Amino acid sequence: MKKGHIIGIGIIAVAIVIIMTSIGDASSYESFSTALEMKQEGDDQPIHVVGQLKKNQAGEVTGLNVRDDKTSFTFVLVDNDGTEQEVFYNEPVPADFTRSESVVVIGQYKTEEIFIADKILMKCPSKYQETDVQAAGM
Amino acid sequence: MINTFIGNFGHLMTIVAFVSSLVTAYAYYQYFRANELEKASWRKFSRFSFYIHSVSATLIAVSLFEIIYNHRYEYFYAYSHSSKALPVHYMISSFWEGQEGAFILWIFWNVVLGITVINTNKFWEGPVMIVFSLVQAFLVSMILGVVIGDLKIGSSPFILLRDATQAPIFQMNPDFVPEDGTGLNPLLQNIWMVIHPPTLFLGYASTLVPFAFLMGGLMMKRYSEWIRPALPWAIFSAMILGMGIIMGAYWAYVTLNFGGYWNWDPVENAVYVPWLVLVAAIHTMITFKKSATALKTSIVLVIMTFILVLYATFLVRSGVLGDASVHSFTDLGLSGQLLIYMLFFLVVAVFLAARAWKHIPSSEKEASVYSREFWVFIGATTLGLMAFQVILPTSIPVWNTLVESFGGISNMAPPADQIEFYTKFQLWFAVVLALLTAVGQFFWWQKMDKQTLKNTLVTPYIVSVLISAGIIVLAKVYDWKYIIIVLAATFTIVANSVILAKILKKSTFKLAGGSLAHIGLGMALIGIMFSSGYSDVISINMSGLTYSNSWEDELNKEHVLLWINKPTQMKDYTVTYRGRQKKVVGVPEYVPAKLLESTGNVNEAIALEDYKNYFQHGDTLDLVLEENDYFKIDYYQNEKLQFSLNPMSQFNSSMGGLISSPDSKIYLDKDLYTYVAAMNDYEDPDWKEEEIYEAAPGEQFHVADFVTYFDGADVMEEIDGYVLQEGDVAVKAKLRILDYDVEKVLEPTFIIRNNQVGKIPVIDSELGIKITLDNILPMENKFVFKVNQYQKDYVVMKAIVKPYINVLWIGTIIMLTGFTVAIFRRFDEFKKMRDKGLE
Repeated sequence: MKKGHIIGIGIIAVAIVIIMTSIGDASSYESFSTALEMKQEGDDQPIHVVGQLKKNQAGEVTGLNVRDDKTSFTFVLVDNDGTEQEVFYNEPVPADFTRSESVVVIGQYKTEEIFIADKILMKCPSKYQETDVQAAGM
Repeated sequence: MINTFIGNFGHLMTIVAFVSSLVTAYAYYQYFRANELEKASWRKFSRFSFYIHSVSATLIAVSLFEIIYNHRYEYFYAYSHSSKALPVHYMISSFWEGQEGAFILWIFWNVVLGITVINTNKFWEGPVMIVFSLVQAFLVSMILGVVIGDLKIGSSPFILLRDATQAPIFQMNPDFVPEDGTGLNPLLQNIWMVIHPPTLFLGYASTLVPFAFLMGGLMMKRYSEWIRPALPWAIFSAMILGMGIIMGAYWAYVTLNFGGYWNWDPVENAVYVPWLVLVAAIHTMITFKKSATALKTSIVLVIMTFILVLYATFLVRSGVLGDASVHSFTDLGLSGQLLIYMLFFLVVAVFLAARAWKHIPSSEKEASVYSREFWVFIGATTLGLMAFQVILPTSIPVWNTLVESFGGISNMAPPADQIEFYTKFQLWFAVVLALLTAVGQFFWWQKMDKQTLKNTLVTPYIVSVLISAGIIVLAKVYDWKYIIIVLAATFTIVANSVILAKILKKSTFKLAGGSLAHIGLGMALIGIMFSSGYSDVISINMSGLTYSNSWEDELNKEHVLLWINKPTQMKDYTVTYRGRQKKVVGVPEYVPAKLLESTGNVNEAIALEDYKNYFQHGDTLDLVLEENDYFKIDYYQNEKLQFSLNPMSQFNSSMGGLISSPDSKIYLDKDLYTYVAAMNDYEDPDWKEEEIYEAAPGEQFHVADFVTYFDGADVMEEIDGYVLQEGDVAVKAKLRILDYDVEKVLEPTFIIRNNQVGKIPVIDSELGIKITLDNILPMENKFVFKVNQYQKDYVVMKAIVKPYINVLWIGTIIMLTGFTVAIFRRFDEFKKMRDKGLE
């Protein structure tokens, strides 16, 4: 057993630990229904749900409910299966929240009625896809 | 009228740069193969070709800047990245806000580096410049903007707006030029964003130099000689890239409001990983120079560094990160091109290395535990593992894409709490590194055996334990994890200081690079630990509101709502929000927004009142970026005003709402870091139902919750902004309204002309009230006031205390200084050999 071998084995062992924890700690993309199942099975791992804000006929966001102290709010997210779910976020409303094309919420169900987001990622309409040139100065 | 010339010129230069880079590659290849007789003429031609390339590449940049600088909004790039209101230094930021501009920057740096390499080398020019020219060809192809059928090669920055968008206006009028551009993302309107990208791209670009020397070495079968010229460049690259990363971190700290300087965002990771591998490569290269081992490792690491830079580019620019990152570039459809670029160099490098592998000298003897090589190797391994640990989870989106492209389904997501996940590994790796740098340096400078090792280490060890004990007690570090970090970091600082002192006493400062860099590492580690581990949110909501549901009461609310003028308790401070301010040209302080009225022109306002000695009522003033609001927050302790902070926000509809930048109070031992998370909507107040009050002069009454004194009314001879005619009667009522410690005077006016009545109401946006003098009842000596309300002005703010963050910044500066010292030393070594005609 040479020293080089021992070191080699050590490196491989650390690398395996890294790979295992990366897989173990990786979250997953779920829908609200699978997320709820996970909650019912007692799995409290935070997961990602991709969805869109609920909008009315006129295209305005509905179901946005900001708390009186303005430091948190709830909103309704429709996931890709069409399930509507009220989500609570313990932060002020992010800047471009209502304009976002899609929203990723990272968190878990607290009760069966409410999903708590620890973090929100927004995909906003990119400036590269803007097709309406503001006809300023016309 | 549209100016198409400059765009066509830029596009032409792009094509010239592309073609000339291919020609240069071919010419240098011929030069490399040519015999002694023809070498000179091939070299002349190759250089000429590369200079053509350099000039055209520079002109690409000039053309694009010209378009931005002269507000040519008929061009898509100018329209979508800049606006008329931008000062020149932010136009520079606009230049690299878009991907194409960033590519041009990269191309430009490669040109600078290429010219430097040509003029500092005798021997390596040919093969190195082949690699350079090929890289340039790939980079320039990214901005070619050539479309052949369905195949799109590159994305041109010189495309006209009418070709980029489908707006109907262009069908009516193809020559339509928008008045103004959509502007630069406000987050980039920061001095750090003017200098951070060029630094970072110079870092990216310079990783090419050691790689090109290595490729040259492999091509010329000089398997070990490439190290000497490559080493100063590798250190230069690590220095610049490190500086770029730190600038980015600092920019995030002063501009973004995620509450820190490092977020383990994929884009940050993508830069951090090549830097780690590059630092490992530098260590093995230095080892090789000292004792002819670790050559193979160096080769692998140098190749990895370059490929990882390309991989980072792919991650950030291909759109593959999609939802995973908050600030990657948008997808320009270049992912295929970027992938080919990366794979091309990967295949070539692996092929050349594999071909040479069995000829590469390696030492057969086992390194002893008491040898310096052993310790450096362990250090390099640790750096490699750190890089591996970061790049693996960062690549999860790539994995998903890969699985899906083979028709599978993969719903893996990055770790939910990235900071916690990465920290738990990187922290311990960093501790190991700190210990290794402490011990390793002693091995480096003297022969070691068991006995000398003990003797050398015992003093620094005891000293650092004592110092650590001091830090732990004074700064109250009671968490065992943090105690270990303090110990390890102090140990490396003390040990390397001992070495530094010895070097300075015995030889020259030139050799001090290593010990300086390691001292910096130790300090950075302590700074990171304190500022992150002991960061303390002091804006805990104390409003005492209870919520309708029990689970919400358990959650900490980490923001406070500050109503204007209302003192609010925040840990050791009482804070009061005092209103919005603007930045005015020529005025050294912020000016209350209520004194200014926009004229409708860009960045221009009229003064409504005199303000100190700076301006008078009616003056026209120039504003600095008028969309920016600076919220004045006063901090009191024991009733005394201590300081004010002015966190900035910009309400930017085209960027989507509120964009905030923090402001910090910087002490020697901590920063108090604050930012605005939400603010009032100033655009269209939602007036509530009107209320009617009647009052006699001298009376006191309540308007909403405000105590109000009606001091009386005067008949006016003239009124601001209103022409009185013969026979008009104008009456102005004077109301004093109290809001906490602020008294405001509001004067609504009432005009009678030929039995008609005109009313000029006053609006106070801070208190959210509109008061109209609605009627005068002379019989009862009463005045009738109509009041409409909306909400008072407010901000929602977060405040965090970050202790000892300055130790981190000082540590990084020392580390970069160490790198700089080492660059000079290694370049000297190379120059001596070169001038002897050996290399």
